[in-house]
Amino acid sequence: MTKVVDQQLLSELKVRANHIRQEIVKMVTEAQSGHPGGSLSAADILTVLYFHVMNVDPENPRMPDRDRFVLSKGHASPVLYATLAEKGYLPKEELATFRKINSRLQGHPSYKSLPGVDMSTGSLGQGLSAANGMALAAKLDKKPFRVYALLGDGEVQEGMIWEAAMAAGHYKLDNLTAFLDYNGLQIDGEVDQIMNPAPLDEKFRAFNWHVLVIDGHDLEQIIGAIEEAKATKGKPTMIIANTVKGKGVSFMENQCGWHGSAPNREQCEQALKELLGGME
Amino acid sequence: MSVKKMEMKATRDAYGEVLAELGAENKDIVVLDADLAKSTKTVDFAKKFPDRFFDVGIAEANMIGMAAGLATAGKIPFASTFALFGTLRVGDQIRNSICYPNLNVKIAVTHSGLTLGEDGASHQAVEDVALMRAIPNMTVIVPADAVETKKVIRTAAETYGPMYIRMGRPKVPVLFDDSYQFQIGKGVQIKDGSDVTIIAMGVMAHIALEAAEDLAKEGISARVINMSTIKPIDQEIIIRAAQETRGIVTAEEANIYGGLGGAVAEVLAENYPAPLRRVGVMDTFGESGTPDALLQKYGLTKENIMEKAKTLL
Repeated sequence: MTKVVDQQLLSELKVRANHIRQEIVKMVTEAQSGHPGGSLSAADILTVLYFHVMNVDPENPRMPDRDRFVLSKGHASPVLYATLAEKGYLPKEELATFRKINSRLQGHPSYKSLPGVDMSTGSLGQGLSAANGMALAAKLDKKPFRVYALLGDGEVQEGMIWEAAMAAGHYKLDNLTAFLDYNGLQIDGEVDQIMNPAPLDEKFRAFNWHVLVIDGHDLEQIIGAIEEAKATKGKPTMIIANTVKGKGVSFMENQCGWHGSAPNREQCEQALKELLGGME
Repeated sequence: MSVKKMEMKATRDAYGEVLAELGAENKDIVVLDADLAKSTKTVDFAKKFPDRFFDVGIAEANMIGMAAGLATAGKIPFASTFALFGTLRVGDQIRNSICYPNLNVKIAVTHSGLTLGEDGASHQAVEDVALMRAIPNMTVIVPADAVETKKVIRTAAETYGPMYIRMGRPKVPVLFDDSYQFQIGKGVQIKDGSDVTIIAMGVMAHIALEAAEDLAKEGISARVINMSTIKPIDQEIIIRAAQETRGIVTAEEANIYGGLGGAVAEVLAENYPAPLRRVGVMDTFGESGTPDALLQKYGLTKENIMEKAKTLL
């Protein structure tokens, strides 16, 4: 997992992730609504997926053999929209329509409104089952596409996640890789105080998953983990990514209050300044 | 249209048979079940096409979600379980993972309504029709007999979109012959009549016919309509019945609120107000008993239909 990754690739991905973070802050500010904390925590993972790993084509968003991504924690829609915009699925200007009337960018991802969204999500707990279905379809048709899903750490409190985990292990879905965005915070407080899901590595292992625990902001580790997942046969892989809620914006980091509230203009400027500074 | 009434056959048996036929004809069809394959009869498909059959265990929510995922990749999933577990247990999953993205998933359930019988109220879905009808994009179909079931399932496989297909446990009379043409959204007149109209769905269709036959002996001419598509409902046939007869009796093995009776009431109120009487489950839970005993106790009888019809004359 500690493979040497091309430095040029890493710095390119770092720039992408930073762009995505800036867009997250801007779109949530513009909407005055949305979930910045859990979007910023997942930005590095989505960057690696969309700019290094997944076989996707923004010009042909529904091509049958594309790799799939299911944002099971659908409230982190800003990170998905910002990533899709960075990739060229939609103009960046459109991000300003997020959560507004007549927009394709619904509060939570909508399969029907925005090509590039592989599943409607938002009601927590449902994404992993859908990812199972996609992975199963690939196996049935002997197609090479792979399925990626991103779960929240609060989300795994939903019982349906464990039904899905059981099924993915049972069907040996080695073309399915899930990330758990372990930022430790949910709306009402700290995840381990509200309803502690730990130990998650042992739980998923017990459900016959291959489990990796990484720093979810270390691009090299994310890349290495995905490579290991691809090489793993006979089991789905769960990558437990330790992350920081609000990552990249000092006043948002590890603050539960930034789960679902929007910055004002001043806060937005401050956040963008910090993010731009991070690129120097 | 020819209506016969000799053979008895459960709609779930027809479901199992037609699935197994369709499996050979359409490779995109996949079937999911939640540990009830022997009861829902999906076991027929499972034996012939084990690669395309997924018994997910006692985990209905995951079954619905997996069906959604399979559908995004071009499969035509038939997700099967008892009516109760395929609706109320997984309402959010059906709404958000199937109907909102408008995916081509068929939720085909058996053991619906009171006639599930001895297992009692905990297993008797009487609310399912109303609930499924309230979800945008969902089509709701309740076949009346084994022949119609086969036509419905074939049509469902050929027609894009989320569908809820409600079947039953006990044997019921076969009303239709193989020439019967099922069309989504079309009610079918199965007996002509000019005094009153009985609109029935599912297991109540043959009971409605019996009621009409007995009414005829008393000199009352009752039209009978089999309304197998509850949504989108056939407005035209309802309005015509309201215009041509003195009133309508609905008959359903589901709660009268939001089910067939509710749907017909909406059409009448908005288009051609006419007297309506509803026979169905009167907003109550069932209990254990044989299907016939339950139908008797809860008033899902030809006598009740006849009585209601007479109040319209």
